[in-house]
Amino acid sequence: MPTPSRYWREIPQRYRLEAGKCKKCGFICFPPRLVCPNCGAREFEPTKLADKGKIVTYTIIRVPPKQFVDQAPYAIGIAELDDGVKLTAQIVDCEFENLKIGMRVKIEFRKISEEGEAGVIYYGYKFVPE
Amino acid sequence: MRDVAVIGVGMTKWGELWEKSLRDIFVETALLALEDAGLDRIDSMYVGCMSSGLFIGQEHLSSLLSDYLGKNPVPTTRVESACCSGGLALRQGFIDVASGMSDIVLAGGVEKMTDVNGHEATYALGTAADQEYEGYHGITFPALYAMMANAHMAKYGTTREQLAMVAVKNHENGSKNPLAQYPFKVTVDGVLKSVLVADPLRILDCSPITDGAAAVILCPADMAKKMKKRVVKITGSGQATDSIALSSRKEIAWIESTSVAAQKALAMAGKKVEDIDLFEVHDCFTIAEICITEALGLVKKGQGGKAVEDGLTSLAGKFPVNPSGGLKAKGHPVGATGIAQAVEVVKQLRGEADKRQVKSARTGLTQNMGGTGGSSVVHIFEAE
Amino acid sequence: MVGIIGYGAYIPRNRIKVEEIAKVWGADAPSYKKGLMLEEKSVPSPDQDTITMAVEASKNALRRAGIDPKEIGAVYVGSESHPYAVKPSGTVLAEALGSTPEVHTADFEFACKAGTEGMFVALSLVQAGAVKYGLAVGADTSQGAPGDALEYSAAAGAAAFLFGKENVIAESLETYSFTTDTPDFWRREYQFYPQHGGRFTGDPAYFKHITSAANGIMAKAKMKPSDFNYVIFHQPNGKFPFRVGEILGFEKKQIEPGWLVSKLGNTYSGSSPLGLTATLDISKPGDMILIVSYGSGAGSDAFIFRVTKRIDDVRDLAPKTRYLLDKDKKYLEYGVYAKYRRKIRKAE
Repeated sequence: MPTPSRYWREIPQRYRLEAGKCKKCGFICFPPRLVCPNCGAREFEPTKLADKGKIVTYTIIRVPPKQFVDQAPYAIGIAELDDGVKLTAQIVDCEFENLKIGMRVKIEFRKISEEGEAGVIYYGYKFVPE
Repeated sequence: MRDVAVIGVGMTKWGELWEKSLRDIFVETALLALEDAGLDRIDSMYVGCMSSGLFIGQEHLSSLLSDYLGKNPVPTTRVESACCSGGLALRQGFIDVASGMSDIVLAGGVEKMTDVNGHEATYALGTAADQEYEGYHGITFPALYAMMANAHMAKYGTTREQLAMVAVKNHENGSKNPLAQYPFKVTVDGVLKSVLVADPLRILDCSPITDGAAAVILCPADMAKKMKKRVVKITGSGQATDSIALSSRKEIAWIESTSVAAQKALAMAGKKVEDIDLFEVHDCFTIAEICITEALGLVKKGQGGKAVEDGLTSLAGKFPVNPSGGLKAKGHPVGATGIAQAVEVVKQLRGEADKRQVKSARTGLTQNMGGTGGSSVVHIFEAE
Repeated sequence: MVGIIGYGAYIPRNRIKVEEIAKVWGADAPSYKKGLMLEEKSVPSPDQDTITMAVEASKNALRRAGIDPKEIGAVYVGSESHPYAVKPSGTVLAEALGSTPEVHTADFEFACKAGTEGMFVALSLVQAGAVKYGLAVGADTSQGAPGDALEYSAAAGAAAFLFGKENVIAESLETYSFTTDTPDFWRREYQFYPQHGGRFTGDPAYFKHITSAANGIMAKAKMKPSDFNYVIFHQPNGKFPFRVGEILGFEKKQIEPGWLVSKLGNTYSGSSPLGLTATLDISKPGDMILIVSYGSGAGSDAFIFRVTKRIDDVRDLAPKTRYLLDKDKKYLEYGVYAKYRRKIRKAE
């Protein structure tokens, strides 16, 4: 699980979905990078991801990793946001039987996990039905 | 570049080996391989191991395993590429011999996974994914493959039953493998009724948690001939990478790195995939085998489910896949898998595979993969 | 002109009915429902807390205000269930909105009136010209001890208000606070559940402070109950707001639009603030609104707002309070509720 510094470093992405748009080819990198994976260029302008999209695939995790034992079962999926970027996150506020490939979702700020009763609380983005 | 031969193979029974430590397992296996080769001296050693640090708190395997094998000061390199650590160790060993740098090289793999509980093991395996953008959200490996399965089923109409048929086939083969962790047969119905892990994948769709090791001895083909060994050569080696996160892939239900690595290996061997007599592939989950058969070019994209249903990949089929029982029945001690695939292919090409022998096998292919396809390593073997 | 330039609400989807709680403790549900005028309350999911709700309510407020979050000079979160005992909720909120780093942040605490505390300070800073925009949020996921009367009503929700001088939706005309040291309800450090003084929480606490603050602000503004279109009182249960309204001389119809508690429960620091967002949702230009909060310990903050023409332009830019209250409700059984609210003792 992240140390405070590992978590804190990614806050602009976890809280505000800040990304980088390649100045040469327009490819959007989330998280921002130094090298564009699409064209290899090295100059980016700051941008933010769209906050709505559709689910392209999902599953329901019943056997969780240790930090998520209390949360199981939970749904997790990949959504293609309205700007074309694909993002992985939990899908909440949705009955499992209503999960569908193609369903519209929007992003909400939620708690992701915490380091036990005394540790840091980790926040981030999740998908909720639109 | 010199021609490289495999002159010794070693593998012990895989399973939950409570009484054995990582060093015990590796050393026993390495000694079997040396015995099979009829050699004692090695010039260098490569060990594939995904995560001894997380499983048993032990790094620096180079020193530890060379020490306990009684081979200090032999240069030893620990190789890691998640679940294709073993295949990558084989490739490093191959390059070492082919380049002329070393003559006799031991390429092995080992993983000791049962000294932590199930949730910790799930976490450790999850470190093959993108920790900040997949792992942070609670992803597991079954979940990533379940998402590939759902995407494959939605796009190509692959069915839940076809996934189960991969497990049935591999257990059928594994039941003939005395070293397999789970040498029992399963039925489609049994798979469909087993407990859910990450919808739609059930426990019988998933390779198990296993302790085990495997090792091969490599040497120049000329040396092998002089030793009057039945010569099995490695004639092709290919490796490729792809994005670490599943969400970054252009196509979720396709394994590009395997396609690229296979093309490179086949080109090097001067072969087409139709020339290959048997395949040992990375069926960490049933859906993985379906996607791999497509990426290797055994069938068209999207037809992997139908292929297993039609028996194309059974032991007697046109393209026998996983005669050893695959990861599913044989077990998946992560770092050892890639080497064990080589052990099976070599045995098959020597005619030593007993009840699971593929008839007239002269060429074989191993495909080992890391994560959800973030890395792939493919080797081609030929019997002289 | 100074006043509210944006407002937003957030209510979690889960609910639990009074009957479901009464069943477990062998209590008489109908008498609780009648006595408290309460049917069901909201329950936060395990991944929701004061901070997550504050972020979503604030985003709704920003949608209505249409301003650049970087220009917010003050961010205040009032709650009695801040996720950390030491580490502000306000810094997470300010980062999530993009208001950092040039911003003043503070967490407020005063039982159920921590939200209006933040509102008073944010409003005053804008008025004084110290900041361009100020944000105040009242949010809570408070606990009631199992089997205690408060378990039926302790609920979760958040309301956010942005204050400024331009494009005002509701002009602030007057503020007034009434405070005494009255230990009617409290929670000591390291205790999981609060305690309260039973019937002592009525007349000397809730009623005394609300009536004093209401009369105080009306005297200051030279207004009487009939001058107001709407009034919102703190809603610890369904009955108290109507009773204090009657005592003060307000009519039921003035109270009803902001009266959410029977289906929402007592959202503590979110209680009167959510009543205000619900009232703004249905208000018209020119409407006069009085809001009087109450926080145990004890005190009341009162505000008078006059709605401007701009309400018609912004009302629909974010989800309305009653829409959030009624949308996609999921009813929980007590066991799941207890698991979500961490009332079940687990292995270390």
